Amino acid sequence: MSHYDDLRPEPRGSGHDEWLDEHAGPVVRPYVMTRGRTEPVRGDFSLISLVVAGRTATGTEPGLDPEHRTIVRLCQDPQSVAEIAAYLDLPAGTIRVLLGDLLDKGYVSVQNPQPETDFRDRRMYEAVLNGLRAL
Amino acid sequence: MDYERSERTPAGRKLPTAIKLLVAGGFGVGKTTLVSAVSEIRPLRTEEFLTDRSVGVDDLEGVEEKNTTTVAMDFGRISFGEDYVLYLFGTPGQERFWFMWDELAAGALGAVILADTRRLADCFPSVDYFERRDTPFIVAVNCFEGARTYELDEVRLALGLKPEIPLLLCDARRRQSGKEVLITLVRHAMELNSRTPADA
Ligand SMILES: Nc1nc2c(ncn2[C@@H]2O[C@H](COP(=O)(O)OP(=O)(O)OP(=O)(O)O)[C@@H](O)[C@H]2O)c(=O)[nH]1
Ligand SMILES: [Mg+2]
Repeated sequence: MSHYDDLRPEPRGSGHDEWLDEHAGPVVRPYVMTRGRTEPVRGDFSLISLVVAGRTATGTEPGLDPEHRTIVRLCQDPQSVAEIAAYLDLPAGTIRVLLGDLLDKGYVSVQNPQPETDFRDRRMYEAVLNGLRAL
Repeated sequence: MDYERSERTPAGRKLPTAIKLLVAGGFGVGKTTLVSAVSEIRPLRTEEFLTDRSVGVDDLEGVEEKNTTTVAMDFGRISFGEDYVLYLFGTPGQERFWFMWDELAAGALGAVILADTRRLADCFPSVDYFERRDTPFIVAVNCFEGARTYELDEVRLALGLKPEIPLLLCDARRRQSGKEVLITLVRHAMELNSRTPADA
């Protein structure tokens, strides 16, 4: 895996002229995609909540938009909300709404990260430290 | 390393525990470089709306005219076998995106604050923020060429860092250096979290 060849984040796809500056710009398309919804019908998704598809979407399901199907395809392997947002090139807020629909319809399951109270678990630290040392 | 790509993932299969670390610091201090040096994937970029989660957008009429903006964050991933996956988020540098920090810091195990000795003051806001929030943090001085080298003690004094806060030099471009930074942070978080509340 290339760690040094290009330090810039994944480039945006073309067709994103509505983003005016690299850091901030008007966003219309994501609202249209969620039909104006800003909160998911179900679920509470943090950026590192992990999502995995429980079944496949063949393309004929009523009520699923192309973006829903893309997410289901992507989540055949577990992905974080942040990764899904990055791959679909959509704001995380939009992805949360779409994931809420999929959760509601039973296409995906979600694992939220551990609460901060679990940060006392020594085994976690040991596993992470061992993993980092092996990098 | 990656999730087992060959295996199907039936619903209910145990997913790894996701852990979040932050890389903070001033504009252009090397946050993305550090994330990139240790990540197993090329850094990805995710965006959050500036308005809806912070201010609350309840009036959805006239959405087309609304000047809704997003803020971008870079992140990378390191997975450790089946059990844990670490996500490293570079916090947005500009202070106008301050509110995003609360969402990023929520549930974070700890933070690396990158400092550049030519512009030490740039990391004051980060130090203040994580101190106030009680998020375990360390400070890594990113060594740019041409920067006067300071003794770490001078940096500690300038930043007003308590003696127990780890402070080290790093080169954000080098994986081994980034790895050392992360190990220092995780060890520090472990120490803080293994104290009983009465000690704290
Ligand atoms: N010499 C030297 N250059 C570095 C080092 N770390 C980063 N750089 C360079 O400094 C520049 C800025 O690095 P970035 O990683 O983009 O900084 P950043 O903190 O992500 O910047 P923003 O996201 O814009 O705030 C890049 O050109 C890097 O190649 C370092 O340790 N030494
Ligand atoms: Mg950056």
